[in-house]
Amino acid sequence: MTVHRGAEAAPTNGAGQALVRLAGVQKHYGNLHVLKDIDLDVARGEVVVVIGPSGAGKSTLCRAINRLETIDEGEILLDGEPLPAEGKGLARLRADVGMVFQSFNLFAHKTVLENVTLGPIKVRKKSKAEAETRAKELLERVGVAHQAAKYPAQLSGGQQQRVAIARALAMDPKVMLFDEPTSALDPEMIKEVLDVMVDLAERGMTMIVVTHEMGFARTAANRVVFMADGAIVESADPETFFTNPESDRAKDFLGKILKH
Amino acid sequence: MDVVWEHREAIALAFAYTVLLFVFAGVGSLIGGTLLTAMRVGPIKVLRWAAAIYVTLVRNTPLLIVIFFFRLAAPKMDLRFDFVDVVLPTTVGDVRINNIFAACTVGLTVYTAAFVCEALRSGVNAVPLGQAEAARAIGMPFAGVMRYVVLPQAFRASIPPLANVQIALLKNTTVAGALGVSEAFIRMRGLLNDNPTARISLFIAFAAIFVVLVEVLSFVANRLERRVRVA
Ligand SMILES: Nc1ncnc2c1ncn2[C@@H]1O[C@H](COP(=O)(O)OP(=O)(O)OP(=O)(O)O)[C@@H](O)[C@H]1O
Ligand SMILES: [Mg+2]
Repeated sequence: MTVHRGAEAAPTNGAGQALVRLAGVQKHYGNLHVLKDIDLDVARGEVVVVIGPSGAGKSTLCRAINRLETIDEGEILLDGEPLPAEGKGLARLRADVGMVFQSFNLFAHKTVLENVTLGPIKVRKKSKAEAETRAKELLERVGVAHQAAKYPAQLSGGQQQRVAIARALAMDPKVMLFDEPTSALDPEMIKEVLDVMVDLAERGMTMIVVTHEMGFARTAANRVVFMADGAIVESADPETFFTNPESDRAKDFLGKILKH
Repeated sequence: MDVVWEHREAIALAFAYTVLLFVFAGVGSLIGGTLLTAMRVGPIKVLRWAAAIYVTLVRNTPLLIVIFFFRLAAPKMDLRFDFVDVVLPTTVGDVRINNIFAACTVGLTVYTAAFVCEALRSGVNAVPLGQAEAARAIGMPFAGVMRYVVLPQAFRASIPPLANVQIALLKNTTVAGALGVSEAFIRMRGLLNDNPTARISLFIAFAAIFVVLVEVLSFVANRLERRVRVA
């Protein structure tokens, strides 16, 4: 399967104005240097897969991009605008960045439909009717429309993750971040979530995806970014990266995961 | 039991004071405790500290001292309740809501709010952090995260401890008698003095009414808990 993209899609690194730009980003947890001088440009419509060993800082990178974590130095721009430090401006910018977590994090006391409409109603100030119409469309698209009245606990992991994707999409984000969206899923549910993500990529969504699913990276990614020990070690198109990695770290890492 | 029946109107009036103290301080403490909880888990360090100090201070001070503070010390700091003077006519007599009643209500509220905060905070801790992050990630400001995601679940998780706090408040209203509000305890003491031969039945009557009131509260709490339980 190959992804066919629109004409405007995906120039690689640096060309034109990046939708997401990280420049010289540094972060420490105490003595631990978790993000080391990260420079990363993600173009509009580009799909970037981030891979790397555990503890490399992949989650921290994602969380820094919508400022769930603060950074010590450097800057992060979204559509040319720097992330505001606090308050209303930050909340507004966050709404433009969709985030999908490993553990779904659906609101347990709300139905599937309410999970998807909460943000549009309370943050985007849409009317309830408008939000529900759109939510139903999105739930249809991710294949859980018939579960709309249920509570998250009544759904399988794969269904919950698809609802979480719909919840993020309902905000009409400019970019979607996925932090190991399939790692908590049983094998038979991984595909249904990946299919939704591939579909999103085909529609031209800008995506930053932390995942070890090589199949997804090969199918949908424009670029693979390999991180280790808090730094970006290598950045290449998927074919090059998987067949002919440059660094020893990447070779070593691929050797380990491909053996299984 | 004749004595109890004979004084039924006085007893009813006394319990009207008790119930009013409870309702005002109950609502007040739920609101205050919720705000304290939000301060305590919020992003602003100064408020986190302020709430923590409040809870530690108030929770470890005897209720009687807290209430006496509002009756006797607060006026010296120009915190007076003289503007409160309302008479509620009832079929069993007038309920007079004056400055003393107000001071007691404020004292009970301030005291109980600390316990509401503790109960609610345990409920907040039961809400997975990931849900709050997900709410932040869709652009909700802190107030929205608390209001729409965290607190509704925290309230559900803490209905039993909150019910206990409110039951304690109902019984604590008797302390207001020490300051001169003619609530149930004071009325009972008066009747005991005037009717030495009927003391046992008076005790039983007052205790029984308290038991009924507490049971009503427990019943409401149970119903509420069952109704909001997530499938
Ligand atoms: N809140 C925190 N406080 C202290 N250290 C942290 C914190 N969060 C993460 N770390 C550390 O920072 C490093 C990077 O963590 P991060 O979660 O970003 O790695 P990752 O690449 O996502 O790993 P994984 O594949 O296991 O998810 C790890 O060594 C981790 O232990
Ligand atoms: Mg991670």
